[in-house]
Amino acid sequence: MASDVVVYDKIKGVHKIPLEEFYTSGHRTCQGCESATTMRGFIKAAGPRTIVTGSTGCMYVANTSYMTTPWIVPWMHTQLGAGGSSAVGMAAGLRALKRKGKIKDEPINAIAFCGDLGGGDMGIGGISGALQTDYDLLIIMYDNESAANTDIQATGLSTYGAQTTFTPPGSKHRIMQRRWKKNVAGMLAVGHPTCKYVATACATFPPMDYMNKVRKALAVGGPTFIHTYDPCPKGWDFHPRYSHEIGEMGIRSGLYPLFEIIEGQVIYTYDCRKSAKGRTPVKDFLVAQGRFAHLIPEDFEYIQKRVDEMWEEWEIPGIAPIKGILKG
Amino acid sequence: MIAEETTKKIYEREDLLTGCQAVAQAVRLADVDVIAAYPIRPYTEVMDALSKIIADGELDAEYIIADSEHSQFEIVKHASSVNARAFAGSSGTGWCYGFEALVVTATDRLPVLFLVGNRALDDPGAFGVEHNDAMAVRDMGWLLCWVTTPQEALEHVLIGYRIAEDKRVRMPMALAMDGAFLTHSQHMVKIPTTEAVRRFLPRFDLGDGRLHPDNPISIAPQVNEDWVMELRRQNWDAARRARGVIKQAYEEFNGVFGERYSSPFFTEFMTDDADTVLIGLGTVCAPGRTAVRRLREKGEKVGFVSLRWFRPFPTIELREALSRFKAVGVIDRDFAHGSPDDGGILLHEVRSCLYPLKNRPAVTNIITGLGGRDVSIDDCIRMFRIAQKSKTDDKLDDFVTWIGVRE
Repeated sequence: MASDVVVYDKIKGVHKIPLEEFYTSGHRTCQGCESATTMRGFIKAAGPRTIVTGSTGCMYVANTSYMTTPWIVPWMHTQLGAGGSSAVGMAAGLRALKRKGKIKDEPINAIAFCGDLGGGDMGIGGISGALQTDYDLLIIMYDNESAANTDIQATGLSTYGAQTTFTPPGSKHRIMQRRWKKNVAGMLAVGHPTCKYVATACATFPPMDYMNKVRKALAVGGPTFIHTYDPCPKGWDFHPRYSHEIGEMGIRSGLYPLFEIIEGQVIYTYDCRKSAKGRTPVKDFLVAQGRFAHLIPEDFEYIQKRVDEMWEEWEIPGIAPIKGILKG
Repeated sequence: MIAEETTKKIYEREDLLTGCQAVAQAVRLADVDVIAAYPIRPYTEVMDALSKIIADGELDAEYIIADSEHSQFEIVKHASSVNARAFAGSSGTGWCYGFEALVVTATDRLPVLFLVGNRALDDPGAFGVEHNDAMAVRDMGWLLCWVTTPQEALEHVLIGYRIAEDKRVRMPMALAMDGAFLTHSQHMVKIPTTEAVRRFLPRFDLGDGRLHPDNPISIAPQVNEDWVMELRRQNWDAARRARGVIKQAYEEFNGVFGERYSSPFFTEFMTDDADTVLIGLGTVCAPGRTAVRRLREKGEKVGFVSLRWFRPFPTIELREALSRFKAVGVIDRDFAHGSPDDGGILLHEVRSCLYPLKNRPAVTNIITGLGGRDVSIDDCIRMFRIAQKSKTDDKLDDFVTWIGVRE
């Protein structure tokens, strides 16, 4: 129902970003927290006619304390795995009440955010369920590659080889995080053909890209999904001053593909194929963080090989790990 | 003639309905806004019935087929938070799968109504009734009641919303009914008119607790040790206040629909001069009452108490009622392994309720009907024999008796 959807203009430059804040002081996130930037950005882009649910995670525990909530918009906590289902509940409730004349019929955004553990691991079924509906909702999965509020434990989205409190390097096993990063946005796009918008983003790179993706998602209507890459100084072990740079390095290295899929059309917002912008060595990104300090040359080679494969051999680079059908 | 006209206004028709179908009709009459479904036997028939009611345009509601019970319960919780009247339900392990969401629905004080079609918990698989599923929410800030006929089931959806949504209460409501014996047994049911229901059930209004851009509040921020205890106290107060609201709701219900209920919390059968009674939840009252009639024919002073409300527990009313008897046999269609005296859940509640009395009746416990095993009239007569014996013998070897189990 397109009439339910707020119409948005593209933000055309840094100076055109709305000045008004709907995520303000009061949160207790760490210095250099990129997830806080993700929060601030999406609600700036969406504006005040928005209801938000936040899953359990660092963006709940560190973010929204009683009596000091940073949220100017109506906000509600939801359970760790309930990112998708909370969005459906809100959107369904609003739709029923509007249709039945119980509240004013006006566009209201329903946005749910969840972390990589809550959304990518536990709540993936609920997000899948949400993307099968026709409700107007946006789910943002902020990915700092760990359970950042419980002490930095590995999730299904932690980069291969990363040291976390669940995956410490030891004298027998150098690498405990042996899982390759789960391809959540790609999986959701491929698995939900009626979903009109799936994207990945980074709050600060390229500038404006994230906020405009939020606006596109909200304006296109129906259920939509954005996966953001959020460097975490505490969990990734780097100086908070470099949060933006670390995010940019991850994207330029090709480890974090940036794209959007609008009604089946793939647009690379930072095309890492050799035929396009190309990639910086993954090692440069990894050695900038303490969590990879235990890696040895063969680990870097392995990760680089996987990233190269992702961009040069996958049929849909960075999105779907299927090889050789078109070439055959 | 006048009486007939009044009846016409209150009821639109009479129909042969199962417990689940009766609940579906009540959900239609309550003008529910959001329904979330997920299949599990035996509650699921209510969702079958509702999907058809919606497909035929008899109810205007969002009907969402969830991906799991956890999502199902979270969906209705969040629909309720934006001020939509919401309905869901489950059975057995499905109820347990969504348990996290059930807990927060209570702590968020969102008055969603759930049907629990009682079912044995796995393993091993069994479809039949056992009360442990619904009992799991008994300490979480839920309203929890058992009904015994489809008519009562229909009426308790309306009564349930009336109580749950009252701003003095604001607790979720679990309407429990025995799997198969009630969910799937057909009775003639009088279906009220929407006008009559409207006279009884006000519109749902969360007021300044609703989530809407015009009411920008934060719900359930992190509080830690600073505030949790005060919030628990508020839940505690609400559960205490609920008893009074329940009484008021039944009075209002009787005011619209005639004298349907003489007592809100439990129903007594042939107890006026009884010295020995059985007390139980759910459909076990049917063979229980027949056993009472048979024993009464022999001149024995026995009666049966069907407990309807389990949360809040009708402490004062039940204490007063049971104090009149010499012996009380508590029937548990549930288990509480390793609990005091190894009795069932209801035993502990009833016995604790009777403890302050100076002259307490003798209390024994019968565990029966687990996994949907039939409880016969003869079984109930045996239960009376055990309870009668306890009057004189306070050193029973077997304080807890399992009836109907192969040993």
